[in-house]
Amino acid sequence: MSTRLASGGRLLDRSKAVDFTFNGKRMRGFAGDTLASALLANGQTLVGRSFKYHRPRGIVASGAEEPNALVNLGQGPRHEPNQRATTTELFDGLRATSQNHWPSLEFDVGVINNYASRFLPAGFYYKTFMAPRPAWKHVFEPFIRQSAGLGKAPKDRDADIYEHFYAHVDVLVIGGGIAGLAAARQAGAAGARVLLIEQTAHWGGRAPVDGAEIDGMPAAEWVNDTVEALEAEENIRLRRRCMGAGIYDHGYVMAYERLGDHDPQEGLPRHRLWKIRAKQVVTATGAIERPLSFAGNDLPGVMLAGAIRDYVVNWGVSPGDRTVVVTNNDDAYRTALALKQAGLEVPAIIDARPAPASPLIQAARDLGIKVETGRAVAKVKGRARVEGVAVSAQAGEGAALQDITCDAVAMSGGWSPVVHLWSHCGGKLVWDEENAHFRPDVARPPIGADGAGFVRAAGIANGAMGTRDVLADADAQGRAAALACGHKRRKKTAPSAAAEEAAPLEPVWLMPQGAGAALRAKMWLDFQNDVKVSDVQLAAREGFESVEHTKRYTTLGMATDQGKLSNINGLAVLSQSLNEEIPQVGTTTFRPPYTPISMGAIAGEARGAIFQPLRRTPMHDWHAENGAYWEPVGHWRRPYCYQRPGESVEEAVQREVRNTRENLGLLDASTLGKILVKGADAGKFLDMMHTNMMSTLKPGRCRYGLMCTENGFLTDDGVVARIDDETFLCHTTTGGADRIHAHMEEWLQTEWWDWKVWTANLTEQYAQVAVVGPKAREVLDLMGGMDLSAGALPFMGWADGQIGDFKVRVYRISFSGELSFEIAVDAHRGRAFWDALLEAGAGFGVMPYGTEALHIMRAEKGFIMIGDETDGTVIPQDLGLDWAISKKKTDYLGKRAQERTHMTDPDRWKLVGLETLDGSVLPDGAYATAPDSNANGQRNVQGRVTSTYHSPTLNRGIAMGLVKHGPDRMGEVLEFPRTDGGKAAVKAKIVSPVFYDPDGEKQNV
Amino acid sequence: MLILHCPYCGVDADETELSPGGEAHLKRAGPGTPDDAFERYLFHRENPKGVHFERWRHASGCGKWFHAARCTVTMEVFGTYPAQVTEPPQEICDRITGKRPGWSWGAFS
Ligand SMILES: [Zn+2]
Repeated sequence: MSTRLASGGRLLDRSKAVDFTFNGKRMRGFAGDTLASALLANGQTLVGRSFKYHRPRGIVASGAEEPNALVNLGQGPRHEPNQRATTTELFDGLRATSQNHWPSLEFDVGVINNYASRFLPAGFYYKTFMAPRPAWKHVFEPFIRQSAGLGKAPKDRDADIYEHFYAHVDVLVIGGGIAGLAAARQAGAAGARVLLIEQTAHWGGRAPVDGAEIDGMPAAEWVNDTVEALEAEENIRLRRRCMGAGIYDHGYVMAYERLGDHDPQEGLPRHRLWKIRAKQVVTATGAIERPLSFAGNDLPGVMLAGAIRDYVVNWGVSPGDRTVVVTNNDDAYRTALALKQAGLEVPAIIDARPAPASPLIQAARDLGIKVETGRAVAKVKGRARVEGVAVSAQAGEGAALQDITCDAVAMSGGWSPVVHLWSHCGGKLVWDEENAHFRPDVARPPIGADGAGFVRAAGIANGAMGTRDVLADADAQGRAAALACGHKRRKKTAPSAAAEEAAPLEPVWLMPQGAGAALRAKMWLDFQNDVKVSDVQLAAREGFESVEHTKRYTTLGMATDQGKLSNINGLAVLSQSLNEEIPQVGTTTFRPPYTPISMGAIAGEARGAIFQPLRRTPMHDWHAENGAYWEPVGHWRRPYCYQRPGESVEEAVQREVRNTRENLGLLDASTLGKILVKGADAGKFLDMMHTNMMSTLKPGRCRYGLMCTENGFLTDDGVVARIDDETFLCHTTTGGADRIHAHMEEWLQTEWWDWKVWTANLTEQYAQVAVVGPKAREVLDLMGGMDLSAGALPFMGWADGQIGDFKVRVYRISFSGELSFEIAVDAHRGRAFWDALLEAGAGFGVMPYGTEALHIMRAEKGFIMIGDETDGTVIPQDLGLDWAISKKKTDYLGKRAQERTHMTDPDRWKLVGLETLDGSVLPDGAYATAPDSNANGQRNVQGRVTSTYHSPTLNRGIAMGLVKHGPDRMGEVLEFPRTDGGKAAVKAKIVSPVFYDPDGEKQNV
Repeated sequence: MLILHCPYCGVDADETELSPGGEAHLKRAGPGTPDDAFERYLFHRENPKGVHFERWRHASGCGKWFHAARCTVTMEVFGTYPAQVTEPPQEICDRITGKRPGWSWGAFS
């Protein structure tokens, strides 16, 4: 059992008790505890269950590398799964629950997987769940979903707030251990603007725990002095609880600051995402201790040696009364000494090395600790937690020489530099034989815009071992980073520490090295995903030679800890199985973020009303006040219809159509794109942009135009008005305005840059109202000021003038088939003009109408809609728009493409109208079936519905669609299977797409 | 997250201000072009591991199109220049030669 020591704990404030609950059980810790240290202090060694076999799991580590202690935190709108207990600072009222077990942590049904584990080897999912196909849906998937899965996903809307921060600095130092402090100190002295970030709540990293001396004082003291000095410098900024999450091209760095996790407060941001541009980045990210692969290394009570030292020294926690230390290097001896100093028993240090000798080893012996060299832990004894270890020779196969009773095991397989951030943006690694780890290859760093490296690793993250070398390296890297940014103001003396004499590490990838199959099947590599030595060896036998393939086949390193503990050990086992050197096998790819960051931080402020900017027409408020049922169109919001009290959306739409056809409708058309094209070559330019001939258009006239991409496909349409010889106004679709303006500019700037043409997007400069219906002219005449008779302003003409008090430009164009005037006024007069029209129209039955009425009326007239009849694969010829394609022009964008054989194929589906036999509305997107099936066993098709509505004018369903040989098959009946799962297909007759007023008598009056 | 210098407004623009426009120095092929040449114009693109010429638009800035010469492997930028040219300026080519002797890209080297 773990417990709290009577004294000690350098980070604890024992005067402040903190209450929290774990699985509903009330527990007590102290200010300064992490959830992990508090759980251990309360004797809670079992904290979770593993992913696949549901084996009992305890805390292994003390930091971000923890694979096991994942918990649900908070509740309701603040519930969050998969939080690491080791990086969760304790606060009063914290509520944590364990994960991945049913029905309870102590008794878990899923543990049956454990006994079935020999039937669940690597690649189990791939091998077992292949066939039969229906079994997936009914057997395999429900089983996997029930037994797999970590924490519970939150159900409520996140109650917290988040924000983004931007920073530009010369030197960003990631990691606030002694290396980061030394680097920041020297870079700051040189005059660089420095930002130093540290993921934990404490400066100094491991040095204060390890008991180093710097500049003649205890490390903790040096850390305090240095932090104080750095904080006094105006060019140095320090941030704790701020993790370097990822390094990207050209010095872009993402950092994740946890502001409120340790101290939740209403109204303040919980997390902050930093977006940093740094000229130079120093990664002083430290190292992570490797577990050793011996049988039973996953039992609760087996922990990393460094972590045990942390719990004893930082938090005054005893991992157990009797701790066996097992190691292949000197560092673990510090744990034995720390335990001993805390008054705890260390029955033995099991050292795999045959005959190591160093002052540290001697110190352990001097304290009376038994040091067993050339020995191994053959296996850990115990069911739910450590009860003892069987010791064997490391050189042998695991025959027990003696049993030692103990309740904790401290293991150390050596230290691996944290090279993640170095690697994110292309930094390469070299294999260090001496320390058996990968470290940054300084000759191949991540490259910046200028072709030089912009990331430097510092300290142990750079492979420097021992306090003296760490400080020297970090000091030099800080200086070099500042110099690379052009700063060389001052140079401080480097901090110094005494040299340490250590016995060399000996790589140990299997313990004991000759362990047989039974032991290897109990040696865990990945604790969270349940990947064992035997799984990786199986993958190698089955031909998975690439480390990336092995990773995916076995799921090694694919859990939420991303293999921080398991990568190197797994790699070593794979390379041994393949009989290759470790550097030849290589590593998997390190990808950001370093540890998971919250979705809230990624979203930042962009949620709710400010998720994205909202564009409003001048009449927006009127719509909002008069029952608008909104439809988002690009960044605009347009009224779909205006609902009256007690009216359904469908009823409102039908009313609006009927009223516009019978009386008078108003449409806010302000969102339509309005692009001014001006210059001596404007006509020539528009001839290239449109399929039609625009250069022959007379001033005062309008023409409906089509635009295609260079690939021949229809991309936008709209009415072009010629203002004068040099000036055209091009209308675009609402969603197309910015895109078409950019499209024009692209061709003008990059292809025809010598043409005399200028463009301006005037969309928001004008409010535009379509005054539509048989009474349209009457209401405008009543307002007075302008002759709008057919003689003065014929169909497809435009004129400037005055209506009432308003300076207007009137276009006589119609998208509804009715008499229609589209009237533009200056944007700031838009609302007044709208109000004036409503007032004048009162006697004519005026009603505004929305986008759905607009759509229905255009469909009744057979007018196409970009995005309905077109989808990026449709050419104008498919839509019967040949009349809008100039035969005289030698060129326009898309012309050559439309000459390709596939585009001229007579079998292309073409636009027709569709009339259901029973008058119902065809399902949107439905396909017309054809006889037989294709090679994939799918039903053959011969057409599809592109637009479909209930027409109030005809009181029946009408639709448009693209049908093979459609225009030649008038009167034929097609079958459209339902899209909602209904059985009976809908039958529809092929008809002309123009359902209403085919001769245009209504609009041309 | 690249930073590219806009040769028009002089801003060192963050990638979030820019929109990419694919390969630079395409020569438009219109009516009368044989099928294979038209296919090359429309679809075939350089995809080099190393020196590359691209089009970018300072979309959330001055709105201008420009060209960038960069290395697709190291992200090193050799230079940017206005889009109103049919080939890279000599000065840019010389700079690339200094850093990547023997380079070639499309018709240029
Ligand atoms: Zn610019």
